[in-house]
Amino acid sequence: MSLDFRKDLFADERDDNLNVVGKPIRRQDILGHVTGTSPFFDDNKFDNLLHLKCVRSPHHHARIVSIDTAKAEAMPGVVRLLRGRDVPVNLNTLLSLLDFGLDDEPVLAETKVSYWGEPIVAVIATSEQAALDAVAAVEVRYEELPAVFDVEEALKPGAPTVNETYPGNHFVFYENTDHQRLRFGDTEARFARAAHIVEGRYQLTPIEQAPMEPNGAIAAPETNDRFACYTPTQGLFFSVGTCAKVLDVDLNRLHFIGGTVGGGFGGKVDSVCEPLAILGAMLTRQPVRYVLNRAEEMQVSAPRSAELWEIKDGIAEDGRILAREFKGWFDAGAYTRLTSYGVVKCTGHLPGPYTIPAVKSDIWCVFTNRTPATAMRGFGVLGVDFAIERQMDKGARAAGLGPMEYRLINAYRDGDMKATRRVASNTALVECIQVAAEKAGYPLAPEYKAMTSMTGASLTQIPETVTDSGRRPAGYTAIEKTEVSPGLGEAAQVQPTPAAPVARARTGGASSLPERPSYAPQPAPPQAAPPPAPEPPEPAPAKPRYSRYSSSIRRR
Amino acid sequence: MTTPVHFTHNGRPVSLFTEAGESLLSLLRLKLGDQTPKYGCGQGGCGACSVRIDGQLRLACLTLAETVDGAEVETVAALSAPNLDPLQEAFMDHFAAQCGYCTPGMIVAARTLLDTNPRPSRDEVIEAISGNLCRCTGYEPIIDAILAVAAQEVSA
Repeated sequence: MSLDFRKDLFADERDDNLNVVGKPIRRQDILGHVTGTSPFFDDNKFDNLLHLKCVRSPHHHARIVSIDTAKAEAMPGVVRLLRGRDVPVNLNTLLSLLDFGLDDEPVLAETKVSYWGEPIVAVIATSEQAALDAVAAVEVRYEELPAVFDVEEALKPGAPTVNETYPGNHFVFYENTDHQRLRFGDTEARFARAAHIVEGRYQLTPIEQAPMEPNGAIAAPETNDRFACYTPTQGLFFSVGTCAKVLDVDLNRLHFIGGTVGGGFGGKVDSVCEPLAILGAMLTRQPVRYVLNRAEEMQVSAPRSAELWEIKDGIAEDGRILAREFKGWFDAGAYTRLTSYGVVKCTGHLPGPYTIPAVKSDIWCVFTNRTPATAMRGFGVLGVDFAIERQMDKGARAAGLGPMEYRLINAYRDGDMKATRRVASNTALVECIQVAAEKAGYPLAPEYKAMTSMTGASLTQIPETVTDSGRRPAGYTAIEKTEVSPGLGEAAQVQPTPAAPVARARTGGASSLPERPSYAPQPAPPQAAPPPAPEPPEPAPAKPRYSRYSSSIRRR
Repeated sequence: MTTPVHFTHNGRPVSLFTEAGESLLSLLRLKLGDQTPKYGCGQGGCGACSVRIDGQLRLACLTLAETVDGAEVETVAALSAPNLDPLQEAFMDHFAAQCGYCTPGMIVAARTLLDTNPRPSRDEVIEAISGNLCRCTGYEPIIDAILAVAAQEVSA
């Protein structure tokens, strides 16, 4: 068999005259790369450029007892320091722009640190060295707290609370469940009929993106009271929205200039450098450069999350997989970032490219005192694919089949109902395996060679599905109690903790730092902003709701 | 302490002041405006700042600026004028750059290799660029590009 298969797909769009694949085509941006003239963000030069560096936690988990910046502020070259109280909305979660999840991460930690390297104070100085010297002179006293680094330990009763927004150390999905669930068919009934039961447990380590260009940002005041931000971000509009929310300014006051990304691999979507650089430019009225050094890039920037998987398969005598159950734990580290999204994406991917009439999945997004995790090349699907394919090899052995044959029997075909309740179309796994077998010199019997993705749909309807309410571990009810005020309308459900300036107002006046300011043209503290359009009142207040936070995009 | 330094930068004589402890990378990027050497690690681990000093491959981040007094310093910018170096053409033809951040240093390292060893073996090419990290390409297109230039220059 040649590589020409499934030509029926997109037949009306293809002319099969490939003019790029297999031909030496130059990238449109490569002349700049080979001459060193491609414009990376750090190639922009400014007069009076200031440099920002952060005081970072030397502990995995600790309460901040006191912060003394007097010595640092008096050092030569130091222009000013930034504290959490200088950040207008110092609690954010990236996906709040999509209304997914609760604000759980400060830009600068104020009361406690939850991972090694968490930023606490930002120093802005006339040179990078002066900033580093002043960072070393900031005195932070900590009260160390017990830390947890393992997803299973973190979910046990009595585990230290990593993230105060989520006391049970797990993300809360859809405002009502402690994990992401998938139910399709009746796994128990089919396990009972299976000839073989195969179980496996798989673990994946976190992986650092390690781009050659460290993450960073340079912000500079423009005229018209705007601020330019030169950034290597992979998600420019996402980053603008995040900064507008955190800094409480309108989007049109931020002028983001992206460009060449010196390697991203997912690590440059979190907008960790842009808010501080812009805030520094706002407060000093000078350009501010905040670039991670290599050690920070490796230790502090967010990796792909660690994952733990348990998979159980029930297999029929003829090698068909009758039922598959997943239990998964994603290690989000200390804050959500994008891990909750990774879990949802993962669930949509289950049970892999195979047709299985009963699938059950429970996945937890767990908080631990490790570096927060985020996007990284295939996060959410790559880890479970590793587990699934290892499980397929084990299943093949149990069924007495070769790994190719076992996959061919179970591969999804056009017309198959998937566990996500979508009908598979444009499938080509069968043909891919056949080509792979041929190229590997793996002899396939004629009946396997004759298989095709276009026929053989074995499951065309959604099977009768067994549902269950699921167990909610300790912590879930605690969140409900602390965050929900029955009887209050949506508008009254402002953020429970830190972001409201009132809650953060300093009592003393000794420092030269101002009260938590608003950088909007008309000062408008978050709770004074017009409330989001109220949702229709719920008929019965039986099920408490989470307070929802809207981004500044929505609020305005 | 401020020290004057005089050297040639890509063939052009320059004189300027350097601060104690200032790296050649910082001097080139911030004071001379030559942005072609890149900061990748600042500790000699990645090769993104590779330059040539008196024809020798050096890491600008680990070179004290004051030590280049009287030397000839070349960055990838020297290779681009007046015409592109065959290596630059080959890198473009072989898709030997994706994000482009390691590319200037990689090309400086490759040019230094070919100037001293015009017919390198594949292993010698790998050895020569072993101090230059690339996170995108997987190195194979880079090795192919360098070998293609070697073959072409020897046959020419």
